Amino acid sequence: MTTKGGNAVEVRGLVKHFGDVKAVDGVDLDVKEGTVLGVLGPNGAGKTTLVRCLSTLLVPDAGRAVVAGYDVVRQPRALRRTIGLTGQYASVDEKLSGWENLYMIGRLLDLSRKDARARADEMLERFSLTEAAKRPAAKYSGGMRRRLDLAASMIGRPAVLYLDEPTTGLDPRTRNEVWEEVQRMVREGATVLLTTQYMEEAEQLADELTVIDRGRVIAEGRVDELKAKVGGRTLQIRPADPGELDRMVGAIAQAGLDGIAGATADHDGGVVNVPIVSDEQLTAVVAVLGGRGFALAGISTHLPSLDEVFLAITGQKTSGAPESHDLTEDQQYAEVSA
Amino acid sequence: MTAATMTAPLTKPGANEGRIGLRGNLRHIGALVRRNALQIKQDPESMFDVLLMPVIFILLFTYVFGGAIAGKDHQADYIQRLVPGMMAMMGMNIAMAVGSGVNEDFRKGVMDRFRTMPIARSSVLIAKIVVEIGRMLVAIAILLGMGFLLGFEIRGSALEFLAAVALSTAFGAALMWIFILLGLSVKTPQAVQGMAMLVLMPLQFGSSIFAPPTSMPGWLEGFTKVNPLSTLADAARALLNGEGAVAHPALITLGWTVAITAVAMPLAVAKFRKKT
Repeated sequence: MTTKGGNAVEVRGLVKHFGDVKAVDGVDLDVKEGTVLGVLGPNGAGKTTLVRCLSTLLVPDAGRAVVAGYDVVRQPRALRRTIGLTGQYASVDEKLSGWENLYMIGRLLDLSRKDARARADEMLERFSLTEAAKRPAAKYSGGMRRRLDLAASMIGRPAVLYLDEPTTGLDPRTRNEVWEEVQRMVREGATVLLTTQYMEEAEQLADELTVIDRGRVIAEGRVDELKAKVGGRTLQIRPADPGELDRMVGAIAQAGLDGIAGATADHDGGVVNVPIVSDEQLTAVVAVLGGRGFALAGISTHLPSLDEVFLAITGQKTSGAPESHDLTEDQQYAEVSA
Repeated sequence: MTAATMTAPLTKPGANEGRIGLRGNLRHIGALVRRNALQIKQDPESMFDVLLMPVIFILLFTYVFGGAIAGKDHQADYIQRLVPGMMAMMGMNIAMAVGSGVNEDFRKGVMDRFRTMPIARSSVLIAKIVVEIGRMLVAIAILLGMGFLLGFEIRGSALEFLAAVALSTAFGAALMWIFILLGLSVKTPQAVQGMAMLVLMPLQFGSSIFAPPTSMPGWLEGFTKVNPLSTLADAARALLNGEGAVAHPALITLGWTVAITAVAMPLAVAKFRKKT
């Protein structure tokens, strides 16, 4: 086992091509033990292929990856004892009840009948699924299914957990529940590799970020470093009277606040957009508007979208390469040694 | 970007760590058999082929076609012919379901879960086969029960009866490998069924199951002679009725069983490995 503070995941020069599609094209990354690495990228960037390589579902064409001390190609069997995977699509048996799914996985992980039963109960309780324990998973809502999937991944207390776009397609409330669970797993010592398309998710969960595009790493670093690079947040102010948008922009410009430039009026949205980098700037802008007697109906701040991040890093829009699950089944299930 | 060095130890000692013992394999297969059985419980309609087919076929052939085939007053004789023949057919009809089952599994995310777990991949297949054999035995029991109601009687010994059941089940299990191979090769469960039916119909009806081959044109009679369902039906008939040659048709059926398994099983397992 790697020592505390070592890397739980080390990937060097990983390559996986499907015919002409260079899904993963020489990726290097590290995940320190007990931390969360966010892998941020648009659809088709190679995130899912990367996770499939690291979870022994695909054999890479070149490069090396060591997870929890096991080589993903040479020691897949041992590795499978130490990892958990929750994919974009819930990998539970929909015809089985939540409890039966967890019990089955416990037995497949060599727990005794008694332990498997106890663990299934425990995980259902923890993921607030006790009431739905006996219902078939097919009847679960999207959020419940995702929680069951997370619970299934946690049965074996994996040292390394892969979460492949864990909140894609979830409503905000369910998304928050999933986030809380992930944060709890990390507090309990799990190492997490998380792929996401959302800057907000990365900011919530990840300690460090790796941005990938077209199978290559295009930026990496701590979340705040990358955010600084991209330029902070956008403050959106909604006046009670939409007719005052332009006067508000004028007032902000006149005030000459430190570091505030480029407030713009969005007439369609009925808001004024102000790029800011600190909470102090937010307070200052609101104070100016309040001081001038503007009636405000709403204030919100927004993190830059993935598109804006990409624009800032590469000067280009996201590539939008073909999504990995557009590949044919045979490509996805390409050879893997047992 | 980090230099191309690894700080983690290269590999842990013992590259074979994680090899699964026999007990572990049996435990995994047990858990997966339970899964397949629970799926049936959740979706009872999937038992329609097992529960209804023997009933419908036996009624159809006894009352609708039986009189025409065997003569109006010879239905009792015809049932003695039909029931053992259908026992032979049952294995094939049930085996078909394993193809669509395997196909469906691969389309679901749960297969990914199994593939990232420390279990032998073959245990997923073996569990399926165990459950399908169970379904075959249920179908045979229903067939016999229905047969008894209509006057069928077992004239052979208990041992001969068991031999007939075992032979039918073994042949059905061999066919499962073909259907598994099919299930792994085509895209949808519906396609599996369609293709299976294409093979099933000529084999079922171009056999000695429903009508004596001597009543058929020469070319068809020739086909029934090489059709393994005919030899299986003949063997089951001789065993259950306690008359006629057993050894010859039984040996040919066993030969088919071994040959089909020997060819289809390695192909199916290789295909399965490649996909998983």
